[in-house]
Amino acid sequence: MSDAALKEKPSHAGFLKNNLREYGMMLSLFAIMIFFEVVTNGTLLRPLNLTNLVLQNSYIVIMALGMLLVIVTGHIDLSVGSVAGFVGAVAAVLIVKLGVPWVPATLLCLALGGAIGAAQGYWVAYFKIPSFIVTLAGMLVFKGLALAILAGQSVGPFPPAFQKLSSGFIPELFADAGTLYPTSFAIGALLALALVWQNFRSRARQESHGIETEPYGFFLAKNLALFAVIAYFAYLIASHRGLPNVLVIMTVLVALYAFMTTRTVIGRQIYAVGGNEKAAKLSGIKTERLTFLTFVNMGVLAALAGLIFAARLNTATPKAGLGFELDVIAACFIGGASAYGGVGRVGGAVIGALIMGVMNNGMSILGIGIDYQQVIKGLVLLGAVCLDVYNQKRA
Amino acid sequence: MHALLEMRDISKHFTGVRALSGVDLTVEPGEIHALVGENGAGKSTLMKVLSGVHPHGSYEGAILFDGEERRFRDINDSEALGIIIIHQELALIPLMSIAENIFLTDPPSRFGVIDRSAVHRRAKELLAKVGLDEAPDTLVTNIGVGKQQLVEIAKALSKKVRLLILDEPTASLSEKDSAALLELLLEFKAQGIASILISHKLNEVSKVADRITVLRDGRTVDTMDCTAGAVEEDRIIRSMVDRDLEHRYPKRDPKVGDTIFRVRDWSVFHPLHADRQMIRKVDFEVKRGEIVGIAGLMGAGRTEFAMSIFGRSYGRKISGHAEIEGREVDLSTVRRAVDAGLAYVTEDRKQLGLLLADDIRKNITLANLSAVASSNVIDDVKELRVAADYRGRMRIRSHSVYQEAGKLSGGNQQKVVLSKWLFTDPKVLILDEPTRGIDVGAKYEIYCIINELADAGKGVIVISSEMPELIGICDRICVMNEGGFVGEFPGAEATQEKIMRAIMRQAVMPQADVRQVDMRKGERP
Repeated sequence: MSDAALKEKPSHAGFLKNNLREYGMMLSLFAIMIFFEVVTNGTLLRPLNLTNLVLQNSYIVIMALGMLLVIVTGHIDLSVGSVAGFVGAVAAVLIVKLGVPWVPATLLCLALGGAIGAAQGYWVAYFKIPSFIVTLAGMLVFKGLALAILAGQSVGPFPPAFQKLSSGFIPELFADAGTLYPTSFAIGALLALALVWQNFRSRARQESHGIETEPYGFFLAKNLALFAVIAYFAYLIASHRGLPNVLVIMTVLVALYAFMTTRTVIGRQIYAVGGNEKAAKLSGIKTERLTFLTFVNMGVLAALAGLIFAARLNTATPKAGLGFELDVIAACFIGGASAYGGVGRVGGAVIGALIMGVMNNGMSILGIGIDYQQVIKGLVLLGAVCLDVYNQKRA
Repeated sequence: MHALLEMRDISKHFTGVRALSGVDLTVEPGEIHALVGENGAGKSTLMKVLSGVHPHGSYEGAILFDGEERRFRDINDSEALGIIIIHQELALIPLMSIAENIFLTDPPSRFGVIDRSAVHRRAKELLAKVGLDEAPDTLVTNIGVGKQQLVEIAKALSKKVRLLILDEPTASLSEKDSAALLELLLEFKAQGIASILISHKLNEVSKVADRITVLRDGRTVDTMDCTAGAVEEDRIIRSMVDRDLEHRYPKRDPKVGDTIFRVRDWSVFHPLHADRQMIRKVDFEVKRGEIVGIAGLMGAGRTEFAMSIFGRSYGRKISGHAEIEGREVDLSTVRRAVDAGLAYVTEDRKQLGLLLADDIRKNITLANLSAVASSNVIDDVKELRVAADYRGRMRIRSHSVYQEAGKLSGGNQQKVVLSKWLFTDPKVLILDEPTRGIDVGAKYEIYCIINELADAGKGVIVISSEMPELIGICDRICVMNEGGFVGEFPGAEATQEKIMRAIMRQAVMPQADVRQVDMRKGERP
């Protein structure tokens, strides 16, 4: 009677097939990078351009982390672009016009972002108003408020210390090392080593408890590639001006959210809410509160992104943040998140954001107009999601 | 002259479960044919085969209509022949008018533009036919369930109907509305329209039916002719219930202790209609090591009762007291109920019980994650050990604990849900339809688990629509109807006939008598 359940046995080919979805995204990113590297005659991976690529996309990546959680719980947040713009405007008014020192101003702005997220999450979580509507309203409200407090004008420039948030680089410990920034390279190489070591350790631990692991050859190749790629990018970044501050912030956040989603109780519960809200509720999970918290979290990250963007432009403009929400949402869906909730990975969202970023950057280098760039990005989004749905159906 | 409809030797399997085996059903022209049987006997499945919901090829056997074999691909094929089914859950669109609903699929139109005056006029004619005195523009949401039922019938009449199938049409109707509906069926009969009437209410069945077919466990057990004289209800009940209870239930030697869980004066109101009382001030208790069954028909309030206890997951204006091991407990949220030692295995494991896309491991630990985590970080090895332990103990058949819950068979899914709740170490378990949609072998295993739980000193409450199951495994059976308990039998004394009678006796009583029954129950020591 349960032959069907007994029949399935893991095999190497089966493993690859099952995990194609997971690695497919990463392979697509590499393919796109190599494609643009070739057609731009090597401009894409030039140290200067690579650094720019990081700076240009950091705020999308950061917001994608929050958006992923919102999407995993089965909701959406359309207001993030406006919130980022609004918080940037508040920061400009506080720092430039009122002369508040940048540290308290930054903290105040992050708290403001959290409060905005709470205000929206409250209606979604406790009043069951569709998040699409609540955040559509929020999008209009905060776009308008940004315009109002800036009185329709750009406000800037920011003090140099604040600008460092986005355009600064980590200090070099060994001066006069020629063209390479050794500290940055060392950090990158250490990070790569740490990741590989971590992977080996967890594999050993799993094996000692008889947990099913991926085939060894595959595992080895994967880690070798991981190490090589990180070390190479560290080298490229280190040969321009070293690690940008914002890359450090971004990396720490990505690591934090990856850990939170996969290893912690709250992460597991968030996925349960998105996977089957009723079942989660009947298992004693406080579904409303978790939904509320994902919106608060989204608000804080949108505020951080707004601050970084303002620091990068060195001015707050009423148009800042326009359309960010679309890039952020697209990044999550390209990265394999499900619009029905319950499915999505931090790594996927980051890769999705990078795919969008590389395409923007590569197409700009090629001189493709903003018009066709959007057409191509739209088609890539549709294609990626179709492929994902197809893969799921086949499985 | 041949029969209007002949279903020959119909068999239908769902993955691992045999729903129908060799069912025969013949309906003569202009006949009212009643189809009766317990919940899960296969009535609805048979009608789905007939209407094309289960298309030709997904079942074995033949359907003959007007003497010709028919192969319905979908519901449109059967409707084209005049076979119209009206489901228990009405398929009306609440915010559209009566007229719009009647002509939803095929409105009278000219060049694709709906002819509104024709819609209005014809709707009016049809409403007159079914005896519904409402303006055709009235929104469906503004009329009562009884009238909505009539709208459904008017909708059926708008098509060329030759065989009308009504699935429990009177389940949610008042006495008066039911009578009117049955009158209507007799009128249709006079016009030559045949009907199949699925109903639990045997008194109305014997009032209007020409013949009665009884289904049991997916088989036709009897077809009775009523034209010669009324068939006794007892005879129907006797053939509805199955006598052979030997060997289907594991033996157990109950060791019943003191009261572990008690509910007093428990009242619950409908979540939307605040004045509709779903549970009427009931008292209930379970003892340590006891398996208590709650019997009743669908809609009796069993699930509502259980869910309202379990963290107020159903209803509002909930009042009453609950005690576990003699201490008053707060059951106001699911978390509190779980912490107090309560577990509830839902009736619908796919919608309410499982994360179908997640693996067995994640499902098992979901309700008690803190037990496999230290300072909120999940210890994956510990979690795996727990999951593997339950997989072995409960004999969950899967290639590993990493298998997706959605890809397991019904029995194994149920074992995963049971594991999830056992891992919270509850004192009292409420199992709502624990064996629905599970094949016989897996059922036996679930019964064994239930017995083990009782032997371990837990209080077990089993809600089931399958009476043989309750009789087979329970130490005590409480019968529920219309939100109150209407009878109670020790397991050894209970028979299906007694249970059925307790329900039926009460089902035909007007509202005033319900209160009397409750009072009598209250007086009992």
